[in-house]
Amino acid sequence: MPAGASRLRVRQEKDITQVEFVDRNILDEANIQQIGEEITGLIDTASNPRLLINFANVDHLSSAALGTLITINNKMKARKGQLRLANIDPQIYEVFKITKLDKLFSIHQSTEAALASFT
Amino acid sequence: MQPSSKPSPDSAVLLIPNDREDIERAEEMLLEGMGRHGYPDAARFAVRLALEESLVNAFRHGHKGLPADTPVKVEFAVMEDRVDLAVEDQGAGFKPEDVPDPTLDENIERPTGRGLLLMRAYMARVEYVGRGNRVEMTYKRPAKPADAV
Repeated sequence: MPAGASRLRVRQEKDITQVEFVDRNILDEANIQQIGEEITGLIDTASNPRLLINFANVDHLSSAALGTLITINNKMKARKGQLRLANIDPQIYEVFKITKLDKLFSIHQSTEAALASFT
Repeated sequence: MQPSSKPSPDSAVLLIPNDREDIERAEEMLLEGMGRHGYPDAARFAVRLALEESLVNAFRHGHKGLPADTPVKVEFAVMEDRVDLAVEDQGAGFKPEDVPDPTLDENIERPTGRGLLLMRAYMARVEYVGRGNRVEMTYKRPAKPADAV
């Protein structure tokens, strides 16, 4: 992937921003930092942002990626936004359970379920 | 990546700089060895995660303040019943007991400090030796394949 290319696929539907990852493995620190900056750019321009992060393409992620998700969650809370995660592979969901982040995040089995959960 | 001893198919001692391509080559070497021994996907996911987390700790924390090209030593040996893995940095070391529990309510929204927790969750043994700059880990093959139907 060329330097500077987006690591996200972004779709705006009504007032919900849907984000998918370009990479199957979210492990590289520079990429993780870029993902954090790109998502921050999306929510910093909105009031009461609604964000759905779709993990359908993701096979691996590291604790650094979890850290970026927590930072995004904290920013969403500060902006009184709503964050949903969806389509997380069972092996990766186990990582969320081990770290107890399954309690912190609103995680849904499908895009449809996540979209329906926005208030 | 410079092999510091000639790697065999299922064991190696490698010196790895903080470069994504070198890290992924080392991971592939390890995961291919596990594949040859019939370890299931779940086992390879676990070992890869432990290697990733230990390398992040080595480069980000262990080598803080050291030249960017300072390599980390990775050793692994894939056997029928287990995988031994060691990651050694050239830093001052640390005390794992000083890392706060990231699952506590007061820490759950902190973005760092989960690598060691994940290593301990997936590996049968995680031990810091020496001055705390070398972590030795063992993954044990489950009695029944983890992804058996």
